[in-house]
Amino acid sequence: MLDLDALSKSFDGYRAVTDLSFELDKGEVLGFLGQNGAGKSTTMKMVAGVLEPDIGDARVLGQSIVSNRREAQRLIGYLPEGAPLYRDMTPLTFLRFLADAHGMDRIARKTAVDRVIADARIASVTGQPISTLSKGFRRRVGLAGAILHDPPVLLLDEPTDGLDPIQKRAVRALIARMAHNKAIIISTHTLEEVPAMCSRVIVIDHGRMVADKSPDDLAASASGGLEEAFITLVSEARGGGA
Amino acid sequence: MRGRFEGTLNGIKAVWRRELSAYFATPVAYVFIAIFLLVLGVFTWELSNFFETGAADLGPFFYWHPWLFMLFMPALAMRLWADETNAGTSELLLSLPISLPGVVIGKLLAAWSVAALALALTFPWWISVNILGPADNTAIALSYFMSLIMAGAYLGVGAAMSALTRSSVLAFVTGVVVAFLLTAAGWPLVTGAVSSLLGSGAGDAIAQFSFLTHFETAQRGVLELRGLLFFAGFLTLCLILNTLFVEHRRSGVQ
Repeated sequence: MLDLDALSKSFDGYRAVTDLSFELDKGEVLGFLGQNGAGKSTTMKMVAGVLEPDIGDARVLGQSIVSNRREAQRLIGYLPEGAPLYRDMTPLTFLRFLADAHGMDRIARKTAVDRVIADARIASVTGQPISTLSKGFRRRVGLAGAILHDPPVLLLDEPTDGLDPIQKRAVRALIARMAHNKAIIISTHTLEEVPAMCSRVIVIDHGRMVADKSPDDLAASASGGLEEAFITLVSEARGGGA
Repeated sequence: MRGRFEGTLNGIKAVWRRELSAYFATPVAYVFIAIFLLVLGVFTWELSNFFETGAADLGPFFYWHPWLFMLFMPALAMRLWADETNAGTSELLLSLPISLPGVVIGKLLAAWSVAALALALTFPWWISVNILGPADNTAIALSYFMSLIMAGAYLGVGAAMSALTRSSVLAFVTGVVVAFLLTAAGWPLVTGAVSSLLGSGAGDAIAQFSFLTHFETAQRGVLELRGLLFFAGFLTLCLILNTLFVEHRRSGVQ
């Protein structure tokens, strides 16, 4: 469903992502782990078509994000880090704007907007300006926008960052409901989320992949569980101790 | 090909609607229109002595348009891209399956719509000259038309400058500076100084790049194809530059 092929990106000589390749199938939820600055968001931006890779490509159902960007973007739902939204809009007008941008006609737009309002459980705030919403509701509005066109591939950059435990649970439940018929990448540095949401884990450090395992296998690779395994992997990749 | 065109059109419409609602969701558009009408009224009434000219034409009113647009249009366009970059919503926008030229055009059209509304609300001046005497309404309509086209060109400058920065204030300042250069290049004071320094050919050449020069005939109600092509060409150039500036961000340069 999603195929990353030798994706690389540098900024002013600094290599943010180097030669990153993997495939993701329908039904897989990939936890994309790494420290801050490891290259997670840069990778997500390249796959979403926001940043151009220097080398390599990402293909969504065969559509290249480099040579056929708009077609590939139709197949992707993207929640950027921090879920930036237009604060002067209401969730309803925001979702309608996204539906228009996806070229939906009036009937399809109403159906899609009603569906995601129910899925993201934001019905109580659809008429409120986004600027007045809590962080949790804003994140859910962003998530509703990402799934509005029912994309086969979802890219969620830190979807639960900064949320309280109840809000985190709501977002996780939403992701779990969608997981069976989509390929989902969740970028996070919160390790405890991985067993709860992901069926596979990729760890990157300094833009390079250092592990590609199931959460159970990764946790079993160190005596201290997932956290210890993650620290060991990152330390080994840097050639030093923790 | 047709699908691609329809996709671009959808993008233009979606972005135009969003941007227009953003202008009216806050006091921005209302304040802009009110101040524009007030300043234009004061300049026409006080500085041009509109009612003392004894002529039923809007020449003194249109005279001020380039000078006021030079300030007001960058103010209207300053938030178009700078706010998106600052708030991080440009990332969301660039992830949508809409063409970048479509986004650029949609944004400009929204600002242009507000400018058109501001111009339309100057209709009492038009009614006034008709009350004062027999007015050449065709000439006035042509002047309005060219004024609107010129406003689009000034907005193009402001929008392109906005795409270069994440600060609305900086976008406004750079927009005004560029707009001032494009206006003052046709000012007799500037052309005279350039002519005396570098020869009359240089003064005339510089004046050809000025909005003031190309609006001069339109101000008298004469539609000159050369002027129309100049503004349309300049606006197209601004749209292309705006698209390139945003596209440049995709390459990862901040």
